[in-house]
Amino acid sequence: MKSSIEVHNLTTAYGGAPVLWDIDFQLPTGQIIGIIGPNGSGKTTLLKTIMGLLDPASGFVKVFDQPLDKVREKVAYVPQRESVDWDFPASVYDVVMMGRYRKYNLFKRTKDPDREIVLQSIEKVGLSEFKDRQISRLSGGQQQRVFVARALAQGADLYLMDEPFVGVDAATENSILNLLSEMKNEGKTVVIIHHDLQTVSDYFDYLLLLNTRLIARGTPAEVLTKENLTNAYGGQLTLLSKVVNLIKQNEFPIREKDSDV
Amino acid sequence: MNSFIDFISFKDPNVIYVVLGMVFINSSSVLIGTFAYLRKRSLIGDAVAHSLLPGLCLGYILAGEKDITYLFLGAFVTGWLSTYLVDYIVNKTKVKQDAAIGIVLSGFFFFFVVLLTYIQKNAAGNQGGLDHFLFGQAAAINKQEVMLFAIVCIAILLSIMIFYRWLISVSFNMDFAASMGLPVKAIEFLITSLTVLAIATGIQALGVILTAALVITPAAAARFWTHNLRWMLVLAVSISVISGIGGAYVSYIKSGMPTGPWVVLFLSLITLMSFSFSTRKGILASYLKARKNKAKILHENILKAIYQHHEQLEAEGELDYSLMSSEILKIRLFDTTELLKGLRNLKRKGFIREDNKMFSLTAEGKKESRRIVRLHRLWEQYLLKRTTIDTDHVHAGAEVIEHILSPEIERELEIELGIEGIPKEDY
Repeated sequence: MKSSIEVHNLTTAYGGAPVLWDIDFQLPTGQIIGIIGPNGSGKTTLLKTIMGLLDPASGFVKVFDQPLDKVREKVAYVPQRESVDWDFPASVYDVVMMGRYRKYNLFKRTKDPDREIVLQSIEKVGLSEFKDRQISRLSGGQQQRVFVARALAQGADLYLMDEPFVGVDAATENSILNLLSEMKNEGKTVVIIHHDLQTVSDYFDYLLLLNTRLIARGTPAEVLTKENLTNAYGGQLTLLSKVVNLIKQNEFPIREKDSDV
Repeated sequence: MNSFIDFISFKDPNVIYVVLGMVFINSSSVLIGTFAYLRKRSLIGDAVAHSLLPGLCLGYILAGEKDITYLFLGAFVTGWLSTYLVDYIVNKTKVKQDAAIGIVLSGFFFFFVVLLTYIQKNAAGNQGGLDHFLFGQAAAINKQEVMLFAIVCIAILLSIMIFYRWLISVSFNMDFAASMGLPVKAIEFLITSLTVLAIATGIQALGVILTAALVITPAAAARFWTHNLRWMLVLAVSISVISGIGGAYVSYIKSGMPTGPWVVLFLSLITLMSFSFSTRKGILASYLKARKNKAKILHENILKAIYQHHEQLEAEGELDYSLMSSEILKIRLFDTTELLKGLRNLKRKGFIREDNKMFSLTAEGKKESRRIVRLHRLWEQYLLKRTTIDTDHVHAGAEVIEHILSPEIERELEIELGIEGIPKEDY
């Protein structure tokens, strides 16, 4: 099976303490993939490291078997809604258009196909009637859909979404779910950070269960076992967090330099 | 009046330089300042402005005289260093941005004081004028300086036009811009450099503190008037340029009046007016809205009281009785002045008639009073059905809500509760 994302021996640290620790996995293509785990388990850090927004302390990431920079245009990233100031003076259309601003097209004028793609993306998330509305005057769910539309406008094959279902209304949840099945039919791969365990088996074909380390991966049936969940959520990893604290306090290196890879 | 005509006809060539200088300096600092504002980094302007000063002194010491190139380069280097230091402190320590700016700003400023004292004690030649960088000397702008200001202004304008897409993408959502493969570090470097450039130019004419104000204030004022970034830029530049020319005018008619402080005074005045009168979220707009809401609540309460009066007499079917204002007060304890005012307004709007101090409802008024009582009771029913609430608490909750329920919600309530007409129960 071709892999969408390959993560090899990945460690990412904040202020000396590992947030992700020796993570290894390969993700399939053409599936809806969920990343689950308790708060502070490194889910967002994992997406950011995959997107090259954080530098790993060790290890590497490959997307479609290549370094990210070679396939950037095939990857779209949806950050958490709360990560931006929605009072920014821009309309829905303006923000979705940002999904078309690439390194190489700075000097080119916006072309009709770009506008077409932007309008289609807005329509796909059901915001056509709001396309000229100032983004601060949208509900939380609508703002989330603006972010999804911006990613759609990139026309990517792989989508990484950070908690798109948090704090949204039922209409937005349904709209995103419909989009997901549509995208799957088109052969796209979608990776979603999620934290509602109730809906996990309905939404996802494949799961990563994370708590600083990779606890389990596979189909929902394989991952959602009592043992795995206890390992991730049940406080069974206190030993691990004690070690993390020790590293932080003593400013200890996470690994010896020459033992890498 | 004559002096005004003299001023706008540029009879005095110096006026041209001062006015043009203001136009260019103010435009430069506002254009780049708007992006600082959007990136929530307005105070960086303050840090940069203060940090330019020791650079000016170093430039002077190196050149041995007031050579504009040396001064400018020195200023650029320390100004740039200060933003780098602020970012470094924020990224590497637990110190937050506001504290980091304070630390860097005061550090550089007192380094300036030390250098200035050194120069005054030791350096030969004409060191006079270095302290002008504190408050500026706008009235002394000459032709060469105007040329320099123009070049800087055009450079900044062009950079913003060329890199506009990158600038907005980075300002709105840096992580996303980086994920698109945009050269985020280079864009930040560009923004920082342009900020330092704009301030380093402005500081000669307007001084440290005033230039910092030019970076922050116009953008904040313009944001009150528009949601569109292009308009915001145009508006901010206009506000700043008008203030600049206003300041130049005052110092022209009253010789001895400093230009810079007057510029900032005008700027602050316009900003204050924006806070107060803006249609978006200005103080006046919210005041008017609150007044309107209060009047609406009063009017609807009066109509409701008249309905309840009829209900007590079991005449709510016709609503035909006339009553005195004192009878309305028996139903609901209005403030008497308020009640009389409300009755006058309702009469003017055609909801009630007055005949010899007796008030009665018009057809329109009957409809409106039924609507309001109905909304109140529908909402009570809804709360009782869908939530757990004691019957003696449900009235108070409905008292306010009845005034804001829209016709769409009324219809939905009707469907949900299956109630037609006005519920009899009143809690």
